[in-house]
Amino acid sequence: MPVKILIPTALRQYAGGKSEVEVEGQTVGDALDRLTSANADLRKHLYSDERSLRNFVNVYVNDEDIRYAERLETPVKDGDTVTIVPSIAGGATTEEEVAAAGKSGAGTPPLPALSNEEIARYSRHLIMPEVGMEGQRRLKAARVLMIGTGGLGAPLGMYLAAAGVGHLGIVDFDVVDESNLQRQIVHGTRDIGRPKIESARDRLQDINPHIQIETYETRLTSQNALELFRDYDIVVDGTDNFPTRYLVNDACVLTGKPNVYGSIFRFEGQASVFWAARGACYRCLYPEPPPPGLVPSCAEGGVLGVLPGIIGAIQTNETLKLILGGGEPLINRLLLFDAWKMRFRELKLRKNPDCPICGEKPTIKELIDYEEFCGLRPQPAAGQTKEEQAMEEITATELKQRLERDDSIQVIDVREPHEYQIAHLEQSRLIPLAQVVNRMNEIDPNRETVVHCKAGGRSAQAIQALKRAGFTGRLINLKGGITAWSNEVDPKVPKY
Amino acid sequence: MIALNEQQLKDIRRHGERDYPHECCGLMIGRFGLEGRKEVTEIYPISNAREEEAKRNRFLIRPEELMRGERYARERGLDVVGFYHSHPDHPAEPSTYDLEHAWPTYSYIIVSVREGRATDLLSWEMEADRSKFNPEQIQSEDNS
Repeated sequence: MPVKILIPTALRQYAGGKSEVEVEGQTVGDALDRLTSANADLRKHLYSDERSLRNFVNVYVNDEDIRYAERLETPVKDGDTVTIVPSIAGGATTEEEVAAAGKSGAGTPPLPALSNEEIARYSRHLIMPEVGMEGQRRLKAARVLMIGTGGLGAPLGMYLAAAGVGHLGIVDFDVVDESNLQRQIVHGTRDIGRPKIESARDRLQDINPHIQIETYETRLTSQNALELFRDYDIVVDGTDNFPTRYLVNDACVLTGKPNVYGSIFRFEGQASVFWAARGACYRCLYPEPPPPGLVPSCAEGGVLGVLPGIIGAIQTNETLKLILGGGEPLINRLLLFDAWKMRFRELKLRKNPDCPICGEKPTIKELIDYEEFCGLRPQPAAGQTKEEQAMEEITATELKQRLERDDSIQVIDVREPHEYQIAHLEQSRLIPLAQVVNRMNEIDPNRETVVHCKAGGRSAQAIQALKRAGFTGRLINLKGGITAWSNEVDPKVPKY
Repeated sequence: MIALNEQQLKDIRRHGERDYPHECCGLMIGRFGLEGRKEVTEIYPISNAREEEAKRNRFLIRPEELMRGERYARERGLDVVGFYHSHPDHPAEPSTYDLEHAWPTYSYIIVSVREGRATDLLSWEMEADRSKFNPEQIQSEDNS
């Protein structure tokens, strides 16, 4: 039923400049909803909250004040004219009266008020209709839990704090290391050796003293995740490993929270919003973790320092949109980013009806052992081959002594060439892990061979691969890699 | 920016002095120009609708009166471009309560009336996000 709404002069700019608009509707509330659905700004000036008109806004159907009819439920019929008229009030007033005016028509829990300092601080938000006073108050009321204060957590925490998200929880158990500072910009040089949550808390509180920060110096586990998540509205995943990623996903599904996901590796990043109530979860996308060792971590594969900045900022963007309740969230969308090519791509995701946790017949109803699920927990007795159990090791100090005593020993470095450029042992020969089997003939089986990498992991894989390929010589793993050499033998060798 | 002539400004001041110690209020009728410029062609005084005892602190234009003003303007092909009111013995600055009861685009002129004499007269425009009022320049015909 079309009715005509007369728009007051001041609000015409929010109605395409029109002085009257025809809309369909059964009631006044209906008609106003149609009118304001396309424009948050118009709504903001008419309504004080979701369902109540501002107390100085008067609405007439023809000549009847709806206050004396059925208010917003007042029925309208074809050809009616709805007139919006402000009453004007002013003058000095008391704080109590303002508070009372703000509460009129409340039914939902009231959003926290903003102080004048906060209004000044958030002015660039407030002047955008998509945020406005109500949006900023929503941000202030919001509770966001960040898992990790590393590469992704750094920009996340800083931008969430700066944006005025009122309650931030941060979970981390690590301490700040020099090698973190290339990308984890929430921490500084003077923070090296400090617990990350302390360093992050200080920085975030400095950015915004108006917010509350709760720190949890603990590893997120199947035992504590559900309890932690319950107190928050949104969980943001800034972790770098598969067990925690599945744990965050499952705990979010079980507690009904949206999971703002991001991951990074070398030059590539991904971001999405996994929210089982409204779309796919992480398990719908990746039902099974990759075999252990297939996908290297950032510590092994490296990461461009700015990449977590970009992906973390995208996660922040999605978190803010979820709080504000507007825009187009990354639900059912996987964003792929390549920093080297500078390309964004997007994949459509679909909820998997057979998903073991958010599908129609879920089989996972509580949190499980995620280390085991990801194949990272060594199986007692079974699983390990004889060679793995029998791997010989040597410490950096022992190797140094051996090298000084005799020259029969050969050292094979299985790292990448660019790592070799950063630091290498004088006596070593470079054969990257991926080539070690093919270039087996370059290693003399008649000499004792010490294999090393950065920290001892890849060299162990190289030794297993060589043994499986039939290498007959004696292979010894350098415990702790070149890092241990730097620590124990020669501090002039840089650590990276 | 809002343009009024000296006579209109004098009328607003006089209205404030006449109603002192109570608040006065009225409409400003005119045209919206380019880039937010407003030109006042007529002052439309309105009686203060509130009860006698409340008059000292507050004023409220009844919507019926406002509708009458709007209709008056429309019939002449004009618009309500803003409102004026007085602050008896208070500065010519908007209060929090003013902010709760305003819309953007309109001009809100406040005249401070101290001990019965009109002093400062300032115009304000509300920020679109409802967060605050910004001072608005008044252009007076006779000194432009």
